[in-house]
Amino acid sequence: MRPIVVAAVLCALSASVAVAKEGNECIIAAGTVAPDFALPNVARAIAKNKLDIAVIGSASSELNGPAGTNIAYPTWLEKTLRGLLPGVTVKVTTHARARETASEMEAKLPRIISESAPALVVWQTGTADAIRGVDPEEFRVALDDGVDKLRAGGADVVFMNMQYSPRTEAMLAVATYADALRFVALKREAVLFDRFTIMRRWNESGVFDLYGATRTTNVAERVHDCLGRLLADVVVAGAKLAPVVSRGTD
Amino acid sequence: MLLPKPGGRDLRLDLFRGLALWLIFLDHIPSNIVNWVTIRNYGFSDATEIFVFISGYTAAFVYGRAMREQGTLVAGARILKRAWQVYVAHIFLFAIYTAEISYVAHSFENPLYHEEMGIFDFLQQPDITLAQAMLLKFKPANMDVLPLYIVLLAGFPPLLWLLLRAPTVALGASVLLYTLTLYFDWNIPAYPNGSWVFNPFAWQMLFVFGAWCALGGAKQLSAVILSPITAAVAIAYLAFALFIVSTWYMPGLNALVPQWLEDWMYPIDKTNLDVLRFLHFLSLAVVTIRLVPSDWSLLQSRWLFPAVVCGQHSLEIFCLGVFLSFAAHFAMVEINQGVGMQIAMSLLGIAIMVATAALISWYKGIEGRSPRSRPGPPGATLVGGGV
Repeated sequence: MRPIVVAAVLCALSASVAVAKEGNECIIAAGTVAPDFALPNVARAIAKNKLDIAVIGSASSELNGPAGTNIAYPTWLEKTLRGLLPGVTVKVTTHARARETASEMEAKLPRIISESAPALVVWQTGTADAIRGVDPEEFRVALDDGVDKLRAGGADVVFMNMQYSPRTEAMLAVATYADALRFVALKREAVLFDRFTIMRRWNESGVFDLYGATRTTNVAERVHDCLGRLLADVVVAGAKLAPVVSRGTD
Repeated sequence: MLLPKPGGRDLRLDLFRGLALWLIFLDHIPSNIVNWVTIRNYGFSDATEIFVFISGYTAAFVYGRAMREQGTLVAGARILKRAWQVYVAHIFLFAIYTAEISYVAHSFENPLYHEEMGIFDFLQQPDITLAQAMLLKFKPANMDVLPLYIVLLAGFPPLLWLLLRAPTVALGASVLLYTLTLYFDWNIPAYPNGSWVFNPFAWQMLFVFGAWCALGGAKQLSAVILSPITAAVAIAYLAFALFIVSTWYMPGLNALVPQWLEDWMYPIDKTNLDVLRFLHFLSLAVVTIRLVPSDWSLLQSRWLFPAVVCGQHSLEIFCLGVFLSFAAHFAMVEINQGVGMQIAMSLLGIAIMVATAALISWYKGIEGRSPRSRPGPPGATLVGGGV
């Protein structure tokens, strides 16, 4: 637990307000989620009115609703970006595969770049590596090489770390991999979307009960919805940080 | 000066090891509001460094005396017996851990965490998993410190022999091993992948450094340790570490860290005891030694007794702490995970640790193994004390 989080929790407690669970509550409770670095390729793509985004990840980038429809965060990302960027053709494609480690994903990057030439790759990773106990150094090198490949292919990268999972927290040691991800992001000036901290804030402020056992996808869908919207905000903010001139209307 | 008075036990060692045991316990309870007090949030190093250093210090203090008085063979045999006890304790904890997570795996379902449930896969193959656990290759989360300690103790007899004869050579050999380890990437393989989270070939340096300090090194260094310049450098470094750590958690601050510094500094590697972590521990130690003199009256007082008594029975209390952190997490999952519960679990856990340590002291007293109940040469009572 970090001091900032504690401060946030104490504020929430002292106000003793029952948090409403409607609307944008999840966005507010997530706290400040701002990109540390610019996304120049995204800015250029927006200026050309065509933004292609590839999401690569493991099972937590996939979620199917009761009707079999895709309700994972990439879907919400696409939907929100279309609202935020009128006139821009936004397309988000997901390349998620359960249990895939960072180095396995890294091997797929050239194919994804050559097939769809995305302006942005959202790279969700860490959980599978933690479960499979991959050598943290191998994990770090895969991320580092991946950044090289993506930038050479004209794509920006946004890393996404693990989900906050209180039930399995005592069993699954994610800290080593979360730190490696953070260090690579800082060193390579890549944006880190800190999913872990965001979800922990949700749990602490009572927006979502992430402890509860359930068979339905209700909570999962709302979590992914909020993650997708926050991620869209980060993408747009990152593009605005870029020095190139974007569309005049933005 | 970090050196016990002749014949006396330096209670500061017990105090800080006791505090380290509390911090490790708090750090091992996930999502615990109380663990914002732990030092890992304010710098590079954490309670593990304190624990390993003091363990090296006390091991050298206790077994160094034994080696001089009873001979190399007897002292070596006693060290290996201790390593065996730690191994048994580790396997016992593994059994408790497996019981807890089997229960959780059975009772929990949520589509959001489909991926995280993969951690329970190893329950499908008990044949392989149990064997790998006994070989110390399969180590679940938060169960990495005892295997490190086992390896450090197992390798300690020849090292202690050398430390007693040529301390500088022994320390030099340790630093050399550390350097070669970083250079050649030596580590012990783990199951199912990767290698040990606490690399014994790297962490041995802190253990050996502690042992070296106990056997006269601290005395040699005392002019350096107590110099105002050292203190100023240490404080400056602690402030630097605090700033760097805060840039990880406060958006925007990162822009203040120059790129060349990031290139040089990251990653700060816990597995191989990064030099930045080692220096952070040294800085903490330098400042602490200045602030807390060995004859500080409070060390004998009832106010610090809870931490001191825990530090005096560190193996038992460490194991208990690991168990209690599982239990606290389990209670939070099954009953309530509110802030009140987190605080209650933290305080209750520490209270149980203190009560158990006091009980162990009492048992040792009635069995005639207590420092105060047995006549003998001053300080020799430490031989019966925990390491």
